[in-house]
Amino acid sequence: MLYYSRLRMLGVVGICLISALLCLPNFMKSPSSSLPWHQVHLGLDLRGGSYLLLQLDTKTLQHDRLQSLEGEIRQGLLSAHLGYRLIQRDDATASVLLTPRSESEKESDRKVLEELTPSIPGELAINEKDGRFVISLTPESIRARAREAVSRSIEIVRRRIDSTGAIDPSIAREGEDRIVLELPGISDPQRIKTLLGTTARMTFHLVSPDPLHAGPGTTMLPLPEGRGEIAVEDRVDVDGANLTDAAATMNEGQWVVELKFDNKGADDFARITTENVGKPFAIVLDGHILTSPVINGPITAGRGIITGRFTARSASDLALLLRAGALPAPLAVVEQRSIGPSLGAASIHAGVVSLVAGFVLVVLFMLLFYGRFGLYADIALFANLVMILAILSLFGATLTLPGMAGILLTLGMAVDANILINERIREEVRNGRKPLQALQAGFQRATGTIIDSNATAFLAHVMLFVFGTGPVRNFALTITIGIVTTLFTTLVLSRMLIVRWYAHKRPQELPV
Amino acid sequence: MRGRHAGLIVSALLSIASVVLFITPGLNLGLDFRGGIIVETHSPAAEDPAHMREVLKAGHINAASVQSFGSPQDVRIAINLPPGGEDEHVTQKLVDQVRTVIVQAVPGVQIQRADAVGGSVSSELFRDGVLALLFSLGMILIYIWFRFEREFALSAVITLVLDLTKTIGFLVVTRFEFDLVMVAALLTILGYSTNDKVVVYDRIRENLRKYRTMPLRELLDLSINETLNRTLGTSMTVFLAALPLALFGGSTLTGFATVMLFGIVVGTSSSIFIAAPLLLLMGQKRLRKAG
Repeated sequence: MLYYSRLRMLGVVGICLISALLCLPNFMKSPSSSLPWHQVHLGLDLRGGSYLLLQLDTKTLQHDRLQSLEGEIRQGLLSAHLGYRLIQRDDATASVLLTPRSESEKESDRKVLEELTPSIPGELAINEKDGRFVISLTPESIRARAREAVSRSIEIVRRRIDSTGAIDPSIAREGEDRIVLELPGISDPQRIKTLLGTTARMTFHLVSPDPLHAGPGTTMLPLPEGRGEIAVEDRVDVDGANLTDAAATMNEGQWVVELKFDNKGADDFARITTENVGKPFAIVLDGHILTSPVINGPITAGRGIITGRFTARSASDLALLLRAGALPAPLAVVEQRSIGPSLGAASIHAGVVSLVAGFVLVVLFMLLFYGRFGLYADIALFANLVMILAILSLFGATLTLPGMAGILLTLGMAVDANILINERIREEVRNGRKPLQALQAGFQRATGTIIDSNATAFLAHVMLFVFGTGPVRNFALTITIGIVTTLFTTLVLSRMLIVRWYAHKRPQELPV
Repeated sequence: MRGRHAGLIVSALLSIASVVLFITPGLNLGLDFRGGIIVETHSPAAEDPAHMREVLKAGHINAASVQSFGSPQDVRIAINLPPGGEDEHVTQKLVDQVRTVIVQAVPGVQIQRADAVGGSVSSELFRDGVLALLFSLGMILIYIWFRFEREFALSAVITLVLDLTKTIGFLVVTRFEFDLVMVAALLTILGYSTNDKVVVYDRIRENLRKYRTMPLRELLDLSINETLNRTLGTSMTVFLAALPLALFGGSTLTGFATVMLFGIVVGTSSSIFIAAPLLLLMGQKRLRKAG
């Protein structure tokens, strides 16, 4: 009980020192760029900024797909020289209904339907009902499409936000069809909201014959990856709106991006590629050149491939971007929270003042009521604060005002463990035990109680973290971290301090 | 244990009153759960809410409430969601409109806060809040059941429900806005109160083993007294920690911390006056004779 190996003590002190080191980045600048330098991020409520929750309009997404599916069916029947009585869309059941022209054409119709290319594997289910074909989108494919659409939207949203010069924006998926956007420092998000409400446009242009100088009817546009600028003709030869699909595929052992156009796009593309073989053209998205390949030959099938030094990743990224030329579906802002910078500063002030005041009050209380053992509890309490900050820094976690409240409450609760131990030791002394036995019994009996009581609080706050959103999560996070650090600082650190003191002094009476 | 019936009856009455208050007039739902718009402004000079109302009216905006809050320069504008309004677009447009109107009409004004929560989001937030509360209660029940015996778990959860209802009653009476942060407060009170009960129960369990023949009533009294110092000491430190938040925490945290303070008092007293007497009531047959 009294013996602490040197290794063990070094371990405990080491953990405290490492924690203190981890806190440093919050208070000073990094001395060298090679050092890992993580710090706690202030939440939007403290630094000012905007939080936007965007919802993808999945109904439109589904509607658009049904519309194109309807077109494909019509086209398929037409090219197979088949007729039909009626083709209908039904948004409610996510399906297209085809009434064949006659019983005799049914088999051929079915063949056409089965040859439809699904845009997602397993997308289409073909059934027959009351003499009609029901071509429906499977629920899995609808969900997959929504997921993919959110990923695409995030990409587009990111490009758009970046173009506004916002610093440190954070964009993340939430749930199946939502995007969370955090914009530090932007307390008036009107412009962003407008930007996200607009659909981007992708266009195909010929590169000017004199690509290094802007002339009449051309504009200098930046090449990807900072490779400078080239002059591109202003005239739009093909509009991205006429693109129906883009996919990454292998062609002659190389990754390429395959494009599919609708009728108008195919016609435009055929014309321009026939007239300009050997010339470069540019695919422009939001004023940036995505790629500028050379036209190898006429492309008349409404399909084209873009070659380049693609890897599997970059090809699929480009395909994704091409498909994502415009937002796949409208994004609606469903929640907005903006905090002005001065309110943020006031909140930091309020949080720090409360934290310091609360800490001092608890420290004084412990000193007053438990004397020397109170002092040890206070040292442990300080170590606790340092460790919470260290863990938050290590993971680059965010700290909000409720998070600060969580830290403060943790500190209030943390001394509970010390109080339990101290009271237990007191009791044992009163029951006539010798100091050493009292210490031993006190620690031993209190430990079980401490673990039980902290476990329940831990469970409650994990639940809060799982179900909570925004500021509440942060509150739950700091408390959950705090419970773990509390167990260490009270059961290990303050215990060690007390035991070492006792082993050193061998007092006849305990100062409890 | 002598005052146990009085304690239980008073507690039950208070909780029933709280439930009645909860039904009518009900909680003052905050923006998170009600949906709508809140805009807080800070003017360079003292701002009359009536003037701000005029400004908004001139911009064709009818605010539900325009109030001073904090300092006389600060005004808080609240607009409720249009009834049956699931139309997110309207809410979002409105908040920008409010901002524009105010910035144009009041020179030098700062928009401190502009929040807009759509109908679908607010109902989801409410659902998640309730789920968090229920799951927490459930987890606590399971944990105590697992670590102690059935009587302990049941009386702990009944006590917690009594605590919780009283805190909700307090929320109704004080008209603090009930938002997500308040759910966090309720959960913290729940966690804290459980912590308290666990410590007392732990001692009861220990004493049940130690004093094989002591009548249950006496044993509970002894256990409560033995842990009383700790119960009060810990309540004191948590109270001291939460006090500065209530005093200096700013508009976001004052309500939160005040409710916490109330919860600490309720949680502490219920550990002494409710949780153990309930155990006596339930455990008389199974645990031991009351004597």
